[in-house]
Amino acid sequence: MKYQAEVRISLKKGMLNPEASTIQRALALLNYHVEDTKTAETVTFSLEAKSPEDAREEVDQMCQRLLCNPIIHDYHITVIPGDE
Amino acid sequence: MKVGIIRFPGSNCDRDVFHVLGLVGCEGEYIWWNQRDLSKFDAIVIPGGFSYGDYLRAGAIAAITPVIDGIKEVVKEDKPVLGICNGAQILAEVGLVPGVFTLNENAQFICKWEEMEVKTTRSPFTRLYKKGETIKMPIAHGEGRYYNPHIDDLKDQDQVVLSFVGNNPNGSIEGITGVCDLDGRVCAVMPHPERASESILGSDDGIKFFKGMVNY
Repeated sequence: MKYQAEVRISLKKGMLNPEASTIQRALALLNYHVEDTKTAETVTFSLEAKSPEDAREEVDQMCQRLLCNPIIHDYHITVIPGDE
Repeated sequence: MKVGIIRFPGSNCDRDVFHVLGLVGCEGEYIWWNQRDLSKFDAIVIPGGFSYGDYLRAGAIAAITPVIDGIKEVVKEDKPVLGICNGAQILAEVGLVPGVFTLNENAQFICKWEEMEVKTTRSPFTRLYKKGETIKMPIAHGEGRYYNPHIDDLKDQDQVVLSFVGNNPNGSIEGITGVCDLDGRVCAVMPHPERASESILGSDDGIKFFKGMVNY
């Protein structure tokens, strides 16, 4: 069975996010005064697996082995059945 | 002494390292990312650059290539391993040195000469310096801000190799810009000793990194 997976990688709470602070300052230049700006990276792909649980387990291993650095990142996995 | 210089797609300081190894009487040999057997080498240098375009995180993709298995074997044999700039980021991603080098505080690429203090001389790469000595070397990185949630352990175990003096250009925790593993043989530094190894280039403060490695 085919599954669509999405991994959302964000910085752990309290970690400095220079990209987000730069974006927030740039928004202020346009007179949009926002707070708590954050950025996150999203990786999506499809994979074959026997069940949603197996798919999620495999994606979780990918996060631990490559997609995230556990020292600085949190991640959130979404798995839905289907081709696209 | 035979020294392996690791090359990934995007490495770009490999030839500088080769040149400086020649200055200290070492024989450098380029090793491609897909080689696993590094047993013939006495030491390994992972040079700087932008391996795999810094995609995902600097060093993340290089960290899972076959050559890393070879480097882990070299470490087990107690031979010295030096990671410079991208090489330092790779060693941190692999977990051979503690912590992580991440996006600079000002979110910009910084390329400039900086002064730094040698914090430990128990590494082969720093044994010819004096502890507390200030040296001048260039930095050139976008992801060089050192972060480690266990900073006290790092200091207690004498694993800080270099820290910036008088200025903290990238926002590293306590200005740290070089760290080593527990026994000091695996050393990861963000500044470029190979670019500060001849006085005509502005400083030869870095050459002792390579001289110290010889016949260690």
